[in-house]
Amino acid sequence: MTVREALNSAMEEEVKNDERVFILGEEVALYDGAYKVTKGLYQTFGDKRVIDTPITEMGFAGIAVGAAMAGLRPICEFMTFNFAMQAIDQIINSAAKTYYMSAGDVNVPIVFRGPNGASAGVAAQHSQCFAAWYGHCPGLKVISPFSSADAKGLLKSAVRDDNPVVFLENEILYGRPFEMPEEALKDDYLIPIGKAKIEREGTDITIVAHSLGVLRALEAAQILAADGISAEVINLRTIRPMDVEAILTSIKKTNHLITVEGGWPHFGVGAEICATVMESEAFDYLDAPVVRVSGADVPMPYSTELEAASLPQVTNITNSVKNTLHIGESSQGLRK
Amino acid sequence: TVNEASLSVTPYKLHKLDEGPNTETTLTRDDALKYYREMQVIRRMETAAGTLYKSKEIRGFCHLYSGQEACCVGIQNALTLDDAIITAYRAHGWAYMRGISVHGILAELTGRKTGCAKGKGGSMHMYAKNFYGGNGIVGAQVPLGAGIALAHQYRNDNTVCVTLYGDGAANQGQIFEAFNMSKLWDLPCIYVCENNKYGMGTAVERAAASTDYYTRGDYIPGIWIDGMDVIAVREATKFSKEYCLSGKGPLVLEVETYRYHGHSMSDPGTSYRTREEVQEVRQQRDPISSFRSRIVEANLVTEAELKDVDKDVRKEVDDAVGKAKSDPRPAITETYTHVYHNTPGYSVRGCDAFSVHASS
Repeated sequence: MTVREALNSAMEEEVKNDERVFILGEEVALYDGAYKVTKGLYQTFGDKRVIDTPITEMGFAGIAVGAAMAGLRPICEFMTFNFAMQAIDQIINSAAKTYYMSAGDVNVPIVFRGPNGASAGVAAQHSQCFAAWYGHCPGLKVISPFSSADAKGLLKSAVRDDNPVVFLENEILYGRPFEMPEEALKDDYLIPIGKAKIEREGTDITIVAHSLGVLRALEAAQILAADGISAEVINLRTIRPMDVEAILTSIKKTNHLITVEGGWPHFGVGAEICATVMESEAFDYLDAPVVRVSGADVPMPYSTELEAASLPQVTNITNSVKNTLHIGESSQGLRK
Repeated sequence: TVNEASLSVTPYKLHKLDEGPNTETTLTRDDALKYYREMQVIRRMETAAGTLYKSKEIRGFCHLYSGQEACCVGIQNALTLDDAIITAYRAHGWAYMRGISVHGILAELTGRKTGCAKGKGGSMHMYAKNFYGGNGIVGAQVPLGAGIALAHQYRNDNTVCVTLYGDGAANQGQIFEAFNMSKLWDLPCIYVCENNKYGMGTAVERAAASTDYYTRGDYIPGIWIDGMDVIAVREATKFSKEYCLSGKGPLVLEVETYRYHGHSMSDPGTSYRTREEVQEVRQQRDPISSFRSRIVEANLVTEAELKDVDKDVRKEVDDAVGKAKSDPRPAITETYTHVYHNTPGYSVRGCDAFSVHASS
């Protein structure tokens, strides 16, 4: 099952399951979704449950948040998270903070979802990861799934959560098929928010990644295995709250850590993991400094070669692992 | 005294409506006393808030509603508590009209445990059943109000959402986004522009290409209302609720009013308008004194009765002030609660790595 199909089935089940759940966004109904993630849902559920909006992100995000405050459970699709920048005030100031400001009187059960991170060949305004932006904000839960099972189980959990959830999908992964475990095909399949998953067990080094980064990490782990390096790959699944325990436990086993993300390095997901590890007892278990693999510190260029140089590749990961483990000729050491 | 009297209200101006609200109506003695009392409570409460602010019992932002009382009293008295309200940062009067006590409001302003938001919201963030604040971001409450109206329409529960904003917010882009969708979907939303003539220190004429706010919904019909006449506001709201619930969709009301205090407590309000202007409104158009003389003239109430109300209101507010100054402050552990709803067992980081707190 592809990630796209998994997301679609999660929404179909949740809209069917709860009268309060509805979907709104640009092109979600008649057009079947700009990326076809909501395909067929309008035909099944009609225009009360699947609502096409005009191209006005701030307005429809605000409407969705208001509906959530008043007891509905909207799934608000952004055609991409780049466009959610127009609505970020409603996401942070209206959705994330109201439960706290009202001392528990008004909660906001809403899911903001859509593709996030770099796409292919669409340049700077349409290729950016917002995990760190939303991960920064208390009051939000932030999910970044990798596989089809992740996508389904986590989206269903997000819809059932009583808080605002930012659900960051990845366009590159939409069409990718993953094997679904049998339980993931059932309509009560839920993955807990805030729990990471060990995608591959290993003993020499831990690679923590999310979304497309997990795929790159798994590819890297396979190459490293040929060199006799056993890498453990952790799929974060949730950015906030982060499963710190899973990371620390793995460090205590492997004594080495690198992080992988598609977003910019400054103040990013990897930066937060580094700081968290520094402040934890796992610091004493590290045999080398933690290093980050991330997007390059530039707006996304258009041309194929430049774009590739801006995004974390498998070689960035294998090189970083070897440097960290002081293995091989590629070792250059950290910058002085 | 008589039990009811006929009154005529200031004529309305209409935009894209063939018929408007009644300009002739009746007012009962009970309602006259009720509205008078409600407006006086709000006036007195805001005066008390101003005093508490000056004595540094209240911190941060504090926007007073004095002068605008007829808006919230007139609107709420045409609604039930099942109808929803959302407003901007000038929220104290609305919080009171939606059932929060004077004590709950003032204690929130003084940051006490007994405040209506337990000291976490402050002046701009007060909530009650079907009252969604209190929003500190100019204009942001307008799409939210459309969304609340969408929830009412979705449940088909025969109620409306009144969505308020000021003349300043009337120029925000997201308002027009909300207008578009609410008309497209015929949401039961009554937009109310409380035009108090100044967005902070900028007079309406200096900020808006058109100051006819009741026409600025363009394809949405609108009504201009004398916001100093509580009965005019009540009648227009009644009309609007019926209009919305008949399936005709939203309306844009402009309630023309005036604010006596500065924009907030840090604004003496003298550089952009004259003291004479404020004095003139107070003397000639004050919503409370004009209502007072009307209901006495109509023989609905006596001066003596109103004096009793005044005395009673003074005591209620004074008692609330006393409590708001002496109530316990919130426990520090409350800092770490209400970040997430129904989320068992999470911990919240304090200000250093050695300060991590359970959420409950």
